[in-house]
Amino acid sequence: MNSLLVYLFLSLFLFCIGMFGLLQRRSLIAMLISVELMLNAASLNFMAFNRFLAPDPAVGQIVVLFIMGIAAAEAAIALSIILALFRKIHSINIEQARELKG
Amino acid sequence: MGEITRYINPTVVAHIAFVLVVALTVVGALIAVLLKNIVYNVFGLATALVGIAGLFIFLGSEFLAVMEILIYVGAICIAIVFAIMLSQPMHLRIPPRWRPKVVFSLIVAAVVFVSFSVIITRTPWEAHLIRTHDWSIKRLGHLLLTNYELMFELISLVLLLAIVGSIITAAAVGGARHSGGPTGGKEEGGP
Repeated sequence: MNSLLVYLFLSLFLFCIGMFGLLQRRSLIAMLISVELMLNAASLNFMAFNRFLAPDPAVGQIVVLFIMGIAAAEAAIALSIILALFRKIHSINIEQARELKG
Repeated sequence: MGEITRYINPTVVAHIAFVLVVALTVVGALIAVLLKNIVYNVFGLATALVGIAGLFIFLGSEFLAVMEILIYVGAICIAIVFAIMLSQPMHLRIPPRWRPKVVFSLIVAAVVFVSFSVIITRTPWEAHLIRTHDWSIKRLGHLLLTNYELMFELISLVLLLAIVGSIITAAAVGGARHSGGPTGGKEEGGP
């Protein structure tokens, strides 16, 4: 049960449902949540390969730490952009942000 | 301890825990994407992240499990909750949805799922011949300060830029309030 394929399919499921949410939701915060799910799918994939295949188990952990740092930076930037956009157009719906088009 | 292991098989307990953790992840991800209420979405995301932290423990890295809960559940989910409270999307009117968009996104996600699962099942995965089994934090710290020094410095630079950039982005409207007149100042300075 604790095999490589289980982890790969679980991370594939997380990635696909994150992609579905990113394409289908219209609230910017919900899209950010979907992006977080996709990033977690990537780090789960790295850890699975790290546990079952890779020669050195420390390298995958370092990559996952890097992904976590990127995700934290991305969440901070995205949330501040969402707040600035909300103050500007009083909505966080992505379809009402078309006035940003130049 | 012997009394306990006579009645409870540790392998069975590990299997049950693994199934529980996988179910937590899947159900959390479904809640995070499929429900309409944005607050439920954040709670579903937190549930899925706790499940992924459990999976990291099963994969042999307790340190990353702790980091996952600390950074994702403790920092990012709380930041998202703050953004929800500040922008109040619950009271906003939702315009009607264009139905084919949902179908298109479902088709895209399904195509990606099927093609990647074909790739996963057809690839012969082979472990590397020479494998070390040192999962300790000590080795992680040594590698971060020797071989992966550049990565370490780069991530600190990225985090610094993200902090400064998010402060500037969120405060840009506050700068515009001086040019926008006194009414904007009242909105910003409310209790």
